[in-house]
Amino acid sequence: MSLANYMEFFIDPNRCIGCQSCVQACSECDTHKGHSMIHLEYANRSFSVQTFPVVCMHCQSPTCAEVCPADAIKKSEDGVVHTARKARCIACGNCVIACPFGVPELKPELEIMMKCDMCYDRTSVGKRPMCATVCPSQALFFGTREEIEKLRPRSRPVNQFQFGLHTITTKVKMMLPKDTQENHIDVTAALEDQPIDKSFSLEDLINNF
Amino acid sequence: MATILGDPTKLVEQFGPNLAFNRGQQLATAIEPDCLVKTHCCFCGQQCGIQLKVKDNVVIGFEPREDFPFNHGMLCPKGVKRYLQGAHPDRLLTAYRRSNSPSGFESISYNEAIKIVAQEINRIQSQYGKDAFGVLSGASLTTEKAYLMGKFARTCLKTPYIDYNGRLCMVSAGAANKKAFGIDRAANPWSDIIGTEVVWISGANVAECAPITTNYVWQAREHGAKIIVVDPRITPIARTADIFIPIKPGRDIALFNGILHLMIEKDWLDHEFIKNNTVGFEEVAKHVKEWTPKKTAEITGVAEKIIYQAAEVWGKAKSSFLLHARGIEHHSHGVENVLGAIQIVLASGRIGRKNCGYATITGQGNGQGGREHGQKCDQLPGARDISNPEHREYIAKVWDVKPDEIPMAGVDAYELIRKIDRGEIKGLLSLCFNPKVSLPDSNFVTRALEKLEFYVVIDFFLNESAHHADIVLPGSLHEEDEGVVTQIEGRVIKINKAVEPPGEARQDWKIIQDIAKELGREKGFTFNSPKEIFEELKLASKGGVADYSGITYEKIEAQNGVFWPCPSPEHLGTLRLFETGSYNPVAKGAGPFYFPDGKARFNVSKYRPPMEDIDQEYPIILTTGRVVSQFLSGTQTRRIGPLVNQYPEPQVEIHKVLAEKLNIKDGELITVESRRGSCTLKAHVITTIRPDTIFIAYHWPGQKSANLLTIAAQDPISKIPEYKVCAVRIKKTQ
Repeated sequence: MSLANYMEFFIDPNRCIGCQSCVQACSECDTHKGHSMIHLEYANRSFSVQTFPVVCMHCQSPTCAEVCPADAIKKSEDGVVHTARKARCIACGNCVIACPFGVPELKPELEIMMKCDMCYDRTSVGKRPMCATVCPSQALFFGTREEIEKLRPRSRPVNQFQFGLHTITTKVKMMLPKDTQENHIDVTAALEDQPIDKSFSLEDLINNF
Repeated sequence: MATILGDPTKLVEQFGPNLAFNRGQQLATAIEPDCLVKTHCCFCGQQCGIQLKVKDNVVIGFEPREDFPFNHGMLCPKGVKRYLQGAHPDRLLTAYRRSNSPSGFESISYNEAIKIVAQEINRIQSQYGKDAFGVLSGASLTTEKAYLMGKFARTCLKTPYIDYNGRLCMVSAGAANKKAFGIDRAANPWSDIIGTEVVWISGANVAECAPITTNYVWQAREHGAKIIVVDPRITPIARTADIFIPIKPGRDIALFNGILHLMIEKDWLDHEFIKNNTVGFEEVAKHVKEWTPKKTAEITGVAEKIIYQAAEVWGKAKSSFLLHARGIEHHSHGVENVLGAIQIVLASGRIGRKNCGYATITGQGNGQGGREHGQKCDQLPGARDISNPEHREYIAKVWDVKPDEIPMAGVDAYELIRKIDRGEIKGLLSLCFNPKVSLPDSNFVTRALEKLEFYVVIDFFLNESAHHADIVLPGSLHEEDEGVVTQIEGRVIKINKAVEPPGEARQDWKIIQDIAKELGREKGFTFNSPKEIFEELKLASKGGVADYSGITYEKIEAQNGVFWPCPSPEHLGTLRLFETGSYNPVAKGAGPFYFPDGKARFNVSKYRPPMEDIDQEYPIILTTGRVVSQFLSGTQTRRIGPLVNQYPEPQVEIHKVLAEKLNIKDGELITVESRRGSCTLKAHVITTIRPDTIFIAYHWPGQKSANLLTIAAQDPISKIPEYKVCAVRIKKTQ
């Protein structure tokens, strides 16, 4: 059993409402019950309610696997990068440090690294991942290319991320506004950006602020 | 005197709230459940479809229910973790009575408890009269239970004094909808949001309080809709709005009047619709003449330009969907706020068609069904009026009593508490209501509860009000019973039983019938199942506005819900109200609205400031609301570990500008004081709220309760309390 090649995972942080349904549902997944593999963070809560859900991006050349001294992280033919194999993982934490998206988590009490495997137990048998199924804003979406094009006419998917000189290509796609020119997201350049909502500021909208 | 007897620490040790995390079979992987039960979430008015995984009579997890058309598998964190309320260490497994034991309660047999309850009801009613006993029930109950509670109070206890916690939730919208449309139900299904040109959201923190609705709003935007959000806080749904109006709490009527003023000035009106389908426009038009953008801006505390912008986007649209919630309803002028919202809908003519809609976002699980069938103080089943002789006669026939045996209207839930305080009501039965946490000015509520001679609480956990109880009866969780509820869209759906109640706990309707039997007034309370209650309820609703008579459990299952009214077996239900040419039993074909002439009513909405405006002594506005991980008074959600960890305790959201003025830093403890009480909480310094306003979530009891501060001012018509505005001051805690 494997993940059908026409099913894709899309993230649109613009839709995220920070409700943590994904985080809560992830820990209900049968292969890692009790442990959530999703990170959900505020960009900067002082200034905005903007949040970002982070699931494993499933890199084409997964850095986590490349730096693993025990060869515990495997990518299957369908492109899914799996969580550490229990028999091999030495819980060294190399992957945790190396992952450009900050996805893997070291579980010292279990002496293992755990990470999102796109709910392989579900997705390999034709179900949707837990997080994308429950997500009330559908910031996390799992479906076909035709579905996303029909449902999100204002956006388009991108799967290249620039870290300095290094380009990372991922299986999971990020939605960008359709009218943007770039075909990649420059992560390093955006590191210092503040999440100030460009469209309005309270000072501008309130009398005698 | 129902003062708390036990040692608070012992009380918490024994009854919680303790936090449940998944354990045992709930944590085991690859376990094969005995069955998956298709049902719905137990929390908010959206009533998302969910499947519960059951093993050995315990709910061990959930599976998304993707076939239910409202949510297609989507769930908020409460829905995801709701199963942890089952097999909970705090679960009441027996009846309890007050005692001198360390916790203040001792376990007694169920039968003995029922005997005491009946004896005390008899004692109080024979000593002080029938009216000395009151009942408080709730809108999280199935419609069958809600119906039974109204019947029980009126025909078994023969008291007029029953009301419910929908009083704190949907009544302003309900009253205004009746005044304007003659019926109280969401006018449209949520699917009408997708494809509309403008979504106007007033006073609704959609992302946290009705999270699944978010996807409808975002999907509308994908297809070109403009989103207008009115809220004193930049909520997650407001963050990316096309137009955001950061209104000063309590000023919504002014805004709606100002918008209508501009619609009239620019002639953004549907004259045909106004002429053919409405009454009263001229008077309203005259009234809003004074609501110039300048005056509107002054009162609402927002920049004049956004009033123009909003009016233009709303005014020029060809289709629209207006949504509102407690943000405009929790006011001493909540009904008028809602009437203001309705007037800009009626003036646009955009109602009663696909993608032209209007709805309140009902808050509680059965907020809709729970307000239709007679647990409201002034109402009989089928949304009938208790003061209408014909309505009384019809229900009397169904109940097999004489019309004059049905008591006249009682009083709203807060007035019922005042009656207790004044010594007029001596005994109380409450089910699905935690007044000590949920009512405003909780110091007063506590004082009143302490005066009760006898208080019996039915609940599955010992809620904070139950600390005052003389007898506690172990009731049932949502997953332990079946019945119908009516969700946010007016869709009647079926709750299915997944497990049996544990220990001596039993279904609430059985408990009520046991009390009736012990009182020797069993007649009318011998139902063997919720289905039998539903059959009587159908008959009771027949011919009323909320007509369920054509609904069956089977039809609900087959159609994934039935939208009421559904007046006959062959009727499929009413997806959308007010469609041109539609028939209703009030207009009888004269028009689509529920008045004899078939026309909707414009109502003049006069602006009044909140009951307690800010002054020099109390210079800051307090507004209260929910967070996504907690629900209402928290009886359930404060016991679910992962939800508590998500937002462990209330904080004071305060703008950086105000914080700096008061020299308050993020994370510091501050004391918020009103004229009624004070509470000390952590400051959360942010820039996403008006600088003249602070926000506290209300789900917590005791010294962390926002309701120590809130005011018991009420709307004169709906009697909803003014949770959304009162005056406070802040002190740094030494």
